[in-house]
Amino acid sequence: MIAETGQFTLVLALIVAIVQGTLPLAGSVKNNIRLMALGSTSATSLFLCVLVSFGCLIQAFIVSDFSVFNVAQNSHTQKPLLYKISGVWGNHEGSMLLWVTILTLFGASVAAFGKNLPESLKARVLSIQGLISASFISFILFTSNPFLRLDPAPVEGQGLNPILQDPGLAFHPPFLYIGYVGFSIVFSFAVAALIEGRIDPAWARWVRPWTLAAWCSLTIGIALGSWWAYYELGWGGWWFWDPVENASLIPWLIGTALLHSAIVVEKRDALKSWTILLAILTFSMSLLGTFLVRSGILTSVHTFATDPERGVFILLLLILISGSALILYALRASLILPGGVFSPISREAALIFNNLLLTTGAAVVLLGTLYPLLLDALYGAKVSVGPPFYNATFLPIMAPVLVACVIGSMLRWKRADLAGVLGRLKVATLTALLVVLTIIWATGSGDVLVALALGVSAWIIIGTMVQVSERINLFKFPLSKSLSRARNLPRAFWGMVISHSALGILVIGITISSAWRVEFIKLMKAGDTVSAGGYTLTFAGTLPIVGPNYTGIQGQFRVERNGKEITVLLPEKRSYPAERNRTTEAGILSTISGDLYTVLGEMSENGEWSTRIYFNPMINWIWIGAILMAFGGLISLTDRRLHIRLLEKFSKEANGNAA
Amino acid sequence: MNRLFILFTALILCSPTIKAVEPEEVLRDPKLEERARALSKGLRCLVCQNQSIDDSDANLARDLRILVREKLKSGDSDEEIIKYVVSRYGDFVLLKPPLNKSTFILWMGPVIIFIFGLIMVLFYMMRMRHAKKAIPLTEEEKNRLTSIRELR
Amino acid sequence: MRNAVIIPICTLLSLVGIFGLYLWQIGTGQKSLNHLPSTLINKPAPRFNLPPINRGGKGFSTKMLRGNVSLVNIWASWCIPCRVEHPYLMKLAQDGFSIYGINYKDDPKNANTFLKVLGNPYRAVGADHSGLTSIDWGVYGYPETFIVDSNGYIRYRHVGPLSETDLSNTIQPILKRLEN
Repeated sequence: MIAETGQFTLVLALIVAIVQGTLPLAGSVKNNIRLMALGSTSATSLFLCVLVSFGCLIQAFIVSDFSVFNVAQNSHTQKPLLYKISGVWGNHEGSMLLWVTILTLFGASVAAFGKNLPESLKARVLSIQGLISASFISFILFTSNPFLRLDPAPVEGQGLNPILQDPGLAFHPPFLYIGYVGFSIVFSFAVAALIEGRIDPAWARWVRPWTLAAWCSLTIGIALGSWWAYYELGWGGWWFWDPVENASLIPWLIGTALLHSAIVVEKRDALKSWTILLAILTFSMSLLGTFLVRSGILTSVHTFATDPERGVFILLLLILISGSALILYALRASLILPGGVFSPISREAALIFNNLLLTTGAAVVLLGTLYPLLLDALYGAKVSVGPPFYNATFLPIMAPVLVACVIGSMLRWKRADLAGVLGRLKVATLTALLVVLTIIWATGSGDVLVALALGVSAWIIIGTMVQVSERINLFKFPLSKSLSRARNLPRAFWGMVISHSALGILVIGITISSAWRVEFIKLMKAGDTVSAGGYTLTFAGTLPIVGPNYTGIQGQFRVERNGKEITVLLPEKRSYPAERNRTTEAGILSTISGDLYTVLGEMSENGEWSTRIYFNPMINWIWIGAILMAFGGLISLTDRRLHIRLLEKFSKEANGNAA
Repeated sequence: MNRLFILFTALILCSPTIKAVEPEEVLRDPKLEERARALSKGLRCLVCQNQSIDDSDANLARDLRILVREKLKSGDSDEEIIKYVVSRYGDFVLLKPPLNKSTFILWMGPVIIFIFGLIMVLFYMMRMRHAKKAIPLTEEEKNRLTSIRELR
Repeated sequence: MRNAVIIPICTLLSLVGIFGLYLWQIGTGQKSLNHLPSTLINKPAPRFNLPPINRGGKGFSTKMLRGNVSLVNIWASWCIPCRVEHPYLMKLAQDGFSIYGINYKDDPKNANTFLKVLGNPYRAVGADHSGLTSIDWGVYGYPETFIVDSNGYIRYRHVGPLSETDLSNTIQPILKRLEN
């Protein structure tokens, strides 16, 4: 019954989505208020339908209903509850249903929070959202139905790949999807604006919270994914330039560009046409990523089962959704009037520079990801594009972004004084230089690039702090006055401060952990010791262990610092009988100054264990930086300019004007 | 049958428990070992995806690591070793694709994209300069603008 | 500048075109994601001299490839697809083609049992304990089958288990062509 209910509500959802995709749009054309109002109602009901359907699938996984093909393929009775649930999106069909659930959730949120939007704009946005939902629901129903029955039902399921049975990976896809799908709202707003032929600062303000929310979530999703890879894959790597990782990085880069260019639209009524294009591209890149992953066209560690039929379907969706939006853009972009004028040295120009670099970076990652495929399709030649390519091309493009982000955010709108800004940044410049010289001196001139990277990080962080102290007149007035000024600064400013500093922290983490990593690959027997990162590790031997759905061997490393025992690290080798698969679990001591990372290998013939011990200095700064960056976005999201009441007042005016 | 093969490679040759370099493979001479690690980082594990042989525990990756070390011990230069591996597996084995006719667009692409973008930006700025006094605001737009300013 | 708006459309169209082409190529079996073309086609077979898998048997060396067209099959007893293709190798052997085996990283005992139970299609089998000979052949997946002409030049490589259709569509025609 569960599967049938799920199936039925999904079919129902398709019908509702078609209604949502057509009637409100027709209403907006004919200026029919009743048809337009249908948008909100249908968006809410659509979400409820899909939610029920998704709930049914979760229920089927929880009760291990193996008469459902998808459950039998991907679950097992002995799996812990968390992984039974996360197993729902650990496979293609279920993850598509989660995708659509989030898509419709966003639609419903526009209906709920968008009371202040002009009626016609809202109707159009919801209609486009409905059309996207309809296409993806039909994709699920026609090519990837999770509710197919299996007869006879097997007694036991085949289980979930054990490397996916992990809390980090349980939450990674939902965040990632909220990010991808969140950009669909921005996309719908962009297309609606093109249909209306008007885009103004009010539009940018409506779009901003959605962009921010999607961007924050995508940031967290990517960070979770790389954190998972770091502790689960067992050799301390955290980013592999894997096609699937790239598929999430590309929308993130373009989304970041969008976030910044939308500010120009909002404050200066300029860059409108470009912002619209970015909004379309961001979601298109999310779709492209989905296509690349789901079609199995790029083989990758992450790929679900390959299926050309699905690939063709998603390709059609890509043409339909992105293609029509781009054609609309080509036809209507000329209607968008150029807005505010500015000089080449101004905040606007700096943000254009930022956009140029971020989109170039995205294009380079896209090129590297697709190149092997293009070459094989056109010439039948095989080539690999690995990390060395990206290090040589992507990093140089990103480096100026780091330097410029401090300067850009200090420039005035319209026309600015670059020399003046650089003068105000004297402290940051000197600190950065000092950092570079100290590191070159301390490492004996070996690591110039490392020194430069750390100098740039110092520059970002100090430069951002300079901005704060200027804004609150630190040291010029009594501290209490400065603090009260700080409280009154807009949240968007604080969001920028946090996110930019977080970028500095991220770069510090990346640089130090990759440059000064210490590694021991050793055969050890009980009693052997190793010193790494100021710790002394003593191998105390191994123990057999039994988990809920696995058995394994646990190595024990006593960790001492200054003669005192701090902790015992317990790396494991697990064997999952149901899935006939094995995993290694690293034993990690995580601190702010670095991670002690231990991996247990095989036992050799003479009873020694092959072990791998790393000290990864400051590696956690990578994820702290990424999470702080997302946190900055959230702070920005709470800016009062985006508050509903103010927007309401504002939109009434807009409505009045539109009428 | 092809599917079975892929499944097989995926399961057996590239099981996700990555163990990479084993202690018994490590060379005594730290300088040679360092060269071996550097070489291994640039060679692709053919049966895995986007992993170097340094990071992979696939059988073949292990064989290749040992091969690299054997050849280093017998005094081969880095270039000779890479040339040998490429002669057996083609350019595909190099994680850093060499610059040649078929990868020209890949390597030039970033520069071309950036320069193209830069030209677009310059073009935009120039046009803006010429059209400084483009279209005056309508009364309605002026009102909207003031209301926006008030909100700030 | 005005016309620049068509750039994204062109990019999208060409990408979609290439994706479509690639999906079609994969669907029709012209291209495969995991198959790497051999760099040794039309080059002499690598030089090697492998010991036998059973004491007293004969090993396998490059010299044996001279004189007649032969198949070189890289296999192991632990490799499941090798079992799948085994009947087809037997069939080729019965048809009189000469097949040689390179036994990759295998326990000689298991390898011998494998041949005893399933039949031995090989004229000679060499044991490649280190796996270095297989690397010399550019092997990356198991099993792999090479066709070597009477002058000792590699003419064709098949990656993965052989099937009925592989036999009739490619292997047998190539063998026959080379023999004439």
